[in-house]
Amino acid sequence: MAIEILMPALSPTMEEGTLAKWLVKEGDSVAAGDILAEIETDKATMEFEAVDEGIIGKILVAEGTEGIKVNSPIAVIAQDGEDPVSVESHTQPTAPTPAPHPVEQPSVAASPKEYTVDQSPDWPDGTTMKQQTVRDALRDAMAEEMRRDTSVYLMGEEVAEYQGAYKVSQGLLDEFGEKRVIDTPITEHGFAGIAVGAAFGGLRPIVEFMTFNFAMQAIDQIINSAAKTLYMSGGQMGAPMVFRGPNGAAARVAAQHSQDYAAWYSQIPGLKVVMPYSAADSKGLLKTAIRDPNPVIFLENEILYGRSFEVPEVDDLVIPFGKARVWREGSDVTIVSFGIGMQYALEASEKLAADGIAAEVIDLRTLRPMDVGSIIQSVMKTNRCITVEEGWPQGAVGNYISSVIMQEAFDYLDAPVINCTGKDVPMPYATNLEKLALITTDEVVDAAKQVTYRK
Amino acid sequence: MAARKSSKKPNVSVEELLSYYRDMLLIRRFEEKAGQLYGMGLIGGFCHLYIGQEAVVVGLEAAAAEGDKRVTSYRDHGHMIACGMDAAGVMAELTGREGGYSKGKGGSMHMFSKEKHFYGGHGIVGAQVPIGAGLALADKYLENGRVTFTYFGDGAANQGQIYETFNMAALWQLPIIFVIENNQYAMGTSQKRSTSTPEIYTRGAAFGIPGEAVDGMDVLAVKAAGEKAVAHSRAGDGPYILEIKTYRYRGHSMSDPAKYRTREEVQKMREERDPIEQIREVLLTGKHATDAELKAIDKEVKDSINAAAEFAKESPEPAEYELWTDIYADA
Repeated sequence: MAIEILMPALSPTMEEGTLAKWLVKEGDSVAAGDILAEIETDKATMEFEAVDEGIIGKILVAEGTEGIKVNSPIAVIAQDGEDPVSVESHTQPTAPTPAPHPVEQPSVAASPKEYTVDQSPDWPDGTTMKQQTVRDALRDAMAEEMRRDTSVYLMGEEVAEYQGAYKVSQGLLDEFGEKRVIDTPITEHGFAGIAVGAAFGGLRPIVEFMTFNFAMQAIDQIINSAAKTLYMSGGQMGAPMVFRGPNGAAARVAAQHSQDYAAWYSQIPGLKVVMPYSAADSKGLLKTAIRDPNPVIFLENEILYGRSFEVPEVDDLVIPFGKARVWREGSDVTIVSFGIGMQYALEASEKLAADGIAAEVIDLRTLRPMDVGSIIQSVMKTNRCITVEEGWPQGAVGNYISSVIMQEAFDYLDAPVINCTGKDVPMPYATNLEKLALITTDEVVDAAKQVTYRK
Repeated sequence: MAARKSSKKPNVSVEELLSYYRDMLLIRRFEEKAGQLYGMGLIGGFCHLYIGQEAVVVGLEAAAAEGDKRVTSYRDHGHMIACGMDAAGVMAELTGREGGYSKGKGGSMHMFSKEKHFYGGHGIVGAQVPIGAGLALADKYLENGRVTFTYFGDGAANQGQIYETFNMAALWQLPIIFVIENNQYAMGTSQKRSTSTPEIYTRGAAFGIPGEAVDGMDVLAVKAAGEKAVAHSRAGDGPYILEIKTYRYRGHSMSDPAKYRTREEVQKMREERDPIEQIREVLLTGKHATDAELKAIDKEVKDSINAAAEFAKESPEPAEYELWTDIYADA
């Protein structure tokens, strides 16, 4: 049967092209791979090869013709036994234009949605509490999960013999040995990729970055490989793993060591993002992160490592993702924060209370998934909201929260939402400038007074 | 091609020779069909064809054992077919259909098969190399005796993460075979213009990783080198580098006019070094097969590729709800 040669699509964006030159004429024999014509696309002039063998019957489009639509017939090839002269184009091909399907996004609807808010306690009332630092809570979480599941291992710079650059992995090498607590060379890109491969291969890696600033070297592996593979593989394989380490400013370490990555990672579908404040949350959320079958970004804070909090003495403290914690109830203004931002939020709420303003303070704990329901529910009560984070103002987590509140609870707002953030500058080194660059408790107090019209 | 001469008296059976012939032909016909469907607008985006390089994957798969893993770049159709993935499922992924390996969500560059231990199909140049080392780390950790074939090109060989990976793979003695498919062009930049030391296999020496160059147009030479590398890694002696000198006949991707090399260069390689023609020659001159027997294989291959293409055209587009699935695994 005669085969039509159709105008080929020769680039991802080509819709029509020019037949610059025929390199065969009617009656020529052609084999697969022979060049038939030169075609000018939107990008370049390309050679166009035969896919089938046969004899060129009719040439339907003369060379030099412009604007030939992709998939329209340009020649006919006669095959075994056919008379090449008599073969004609026999069909009017229809271009298989994939129809764009409008897809309904699970929408952030205009009308207020019902949110179910999980207000169950994280541990039973009456549980005995002990004082513990965030550092030790994180270490205990890893140790408990490594005891529970032999596929869990820790890798990173100085995690083994040095006992952790910030001593978070103290004692783990002794208990679990060098097979499961692996010191890496200083090659973030490489070892992050190796950990992703190990996760594909059936292990549950915990990757410690000495700080998340260095994870920028590895961010391609985190996002392109770890976060996207489950989707790209149609659900066949993903990366059950945790990337953890200190994030944000420490003290006097300047621009390259002081960035808050909360907003960056929380934008990525496929990642879960945790940013705990207290020791109990650090422990309970890290255990959940290690068990989660997805890649989890776990953002710690160097300043918080040494801070002590009450931690419940329970056998297996796991705290679910997507469940905010209300640290303080109040009716005048909602303060939403996470991580070290909570320190400013809580201090501000004390000062505000002294001025007769009752702030409700919400610790998101996880940014992805985000407990939007708790925010909306609180704003419906207080009618005002401010957000507090250490990161930069443009594209901040608070920006997203503001947009959600506008869409979900606009009618409840009595004032614009204010985002309290770090200043829009690289972190300076000088003590006084660093202090100015960071968010302060007084700025949070001021914002709360603005939205409550006390200022 | 400054590659090692292969021993032409293969200790392979006629059945094996015929299967290499068939497998290489299957890849070639698949790729030709993919090119054709691309031209018809049924395949979109980037589509990197493997035509000319078939002996690399077919030779190495012949050296692999059940359970061994493989991971590669975006020029991945040949690897998938060689490791036994279904041509129809691969083609349907290229057309973006429900019947594709990734349900139409990955496309040409991002495909996987847990069942066949194929770990992608990665679109970022070089990113699959540490991933391959991670698979090998998992195998060593689990003490399962498996090795991982980690493929990358001469272009990727200049990526920094390759050397980070060489270092750790050697340091930790990981069971990994680094396969450099040197097809001489990193997209449009010839190796001469991109690579300071042309013998890429020697770059492992800095890390204590043995390596060798292999004639990648000779499937038997590739198999022999693969067996040596596998024996090394499986014995616990760590990584091994195979720089396989090969050649791609088509452009980097479908939209590459390939003006960086002459038509004659391609034609010469096709006429003198073609891996399929070489094995055909061995089969015919050795009287291991008749022309008619090979023709029968050609027909069977062509029919199965046509069937794959039909499946890829008929398979429906993914359901719209698939937009929202497979983002997270259920915790």
